[in-house]
Amino acid sequence: MLELRDIDVGYGQAQVLRQFSLNVEPGEIHCLMGRNGAGKTTTMKAIMGILPLSAGSILVGGVESNAVPAHKIPGLGIGYVPQGRRLFSELTVAQNLDIGLMAKGSNAGRSSKVLKGVLEVFPRLRERMEQRAQTLSGGEQQMLATARALCIEPDYLLLDEPTEGLQPSMIESIKQVAVKMRDRGVGVLLVEQHIKSVLSMADRVTFIENGRSRETVKPDDLRQDGTLLQKYVGL
Amino acid sequence: MDFGPYLILASLEGAVAASVLALTAVGLSLVFGVMRVVNVAHGEFFMLGAVLAWFVASSIGGHPALGFVAALLVAPVLVGGLAAAVDMTVLKRVAYDPERTIVATIGILYIIQQVTLMTYGPDARPVTPPFNTRLAIPWFEFADGRVQMYWPWGLSTTSYKLFVIAAAAIMLLAVWLMMTRSKIGLVMRATQLDSEMAQAFGIPVERVYAMVFGIGCGLAALGAVLIVPIQQAHYLMGTDPLLLSFIVVIIGGLGSLPGTVIAALLIGMSDGIISVFYTPTLAKILSTLLVAFVLVFRPQGLFGTRERE
Repeated sequence: MLELRDIDVGYGQAQVLRQFSLNVEPGEIHCLMGRNGAGKTTTMKAIMGILPLSAGSILVGGVESNAVPAHKIPGLGIGYVPQGRRLFSELTVAQNLDIGLMAKGSNAGRSSKVLKGVLEVFPRLRERMEQRAQTLSGGEQQMLATARALCIEPDYLLLDEPTEGLQPSMIESIKQVAVKMRDRGVGVLLVEQHIKSVLSMADRVTFIENGRSRETVKPDDLRQDGTLLQKYVGL
Repeated sequence: MDFGPYLILASLEGAVAASVLALTAVGLSLVFGVMRVVNVAHGEFFMLGAVLAWFVASSIGGHPALGFVAALLVAPVLVGGLAAAVDMTVLKRVAYDPERTIVATIGILYIIQQVTLMTYGPDARPVTPPFNTRLAIPWFEFADGRVQMYWPWGLSTTSYKLFVIAAAAIMLLAVWLMMTRSKIGLVMRATQLDSEMAQAFGIPVERVYAMVFGIGCGLAALGAVLIVPIQQAHYLMGTDPLLLSFIVVIIGGLGSLPGTVIAALLIGMSDGIISVFYTPTLAKILSTLLVAFVLVFRPQGLFGTRERE
């Protein structure tokens, strides 16, 4: 289980998360929802060790990840697809995937089974391997960002606004990947504003407000009680 | 001597200067490109390479080539190791903050310079070149209706100067291969492009920084070892390489290795040629003016890319 226990996180003096708690079970899609600035991306960054905790702890499969150097966190089995993709823009598709494979510690490189599996999920990337990441379309960039994270063979996958700015067919394809990962036993933590996507694939939804976790509900609860979305997301 | 042979001579001198400058400036550019650190102490690491080369070469007896080869192997490694230690003990502590690292490297500059003065002294000392055969250069003239070859008096170079050009070219090729073809180069480029994401994908960014700082300063030291049989080692010799490296890196484009090499050739050659025909001071004035024009009309440098907002 990926477990966040009462974590406090901030940027310098500005505290964003306050005693924030959340857990993601293996084989579930757990969606984190809230208004802009509520602390969703900060939560992702805290899990990846990009932002240090000032209190609390994060456990990945029982290992306290905030006690290990930040660069070792992916090795605990966490794949990260950040908001805005943040690809290594001047590197080729193949080199971006190499970075993911290196994080896994795979020495097989481009001939590895892991990469073959990832390219089966995103066959379009196979045709673009020597193309620079910055020359890909928005949808292809999202595929690459997701593929790079999958190269780690993660036990937990963090998806931060993966459908932002994508056309409907691409949104569907990203959703399918998230569902496929869940079916393989991967725990997916999803930050998503696209409410239809959330209702169609999430197993649980946690609402975050002013850096605190408020309520964790099932998608059915959202369908029945429209006030929750109004209260925490403003929809 | 006629203008033609004189120009050849000046160009050869310029090529030697350009070769060493390219190595030194590539080191500075690598550090800035990957770490976003302006290393004001870069010239002192250059000087330290020359001084260590003198220590190593003078402590080894026998043929001068033995001492020189030992210096070529030992000095850059020692300087690189020291630079990596400086990174871990100073730059890491100021969190690689752009402003604070400038102040920190100014401090490092004075520490290295003054420690060298206290231990090595104020004298300029030479390292004997491993070989130094004088090579006459032929010239051609049109006389009696045909082209004739002759050997103008004073038109010559040395085998060692040609070696400096070749060695620098080989090292620059090695750096390019490392950056574009090796796993470590891939890691450095990923760190340069987005250090946060590099860390999120298992790259030990701080170790990469220490390595890059070591390699960057080691390259400066290597340039110094190559030039010290021509220029002599002196505790104040780091100022000119620092100034010229900054000029080259700004003209070439901050962090652009191909741009740095091309700008080094441009500045080094023009510095050599103008110094021979006029004065070294005029060469520096023109280089600085060129920087001013580049900063006004193309702030990202000739080969740099404009950073996105």
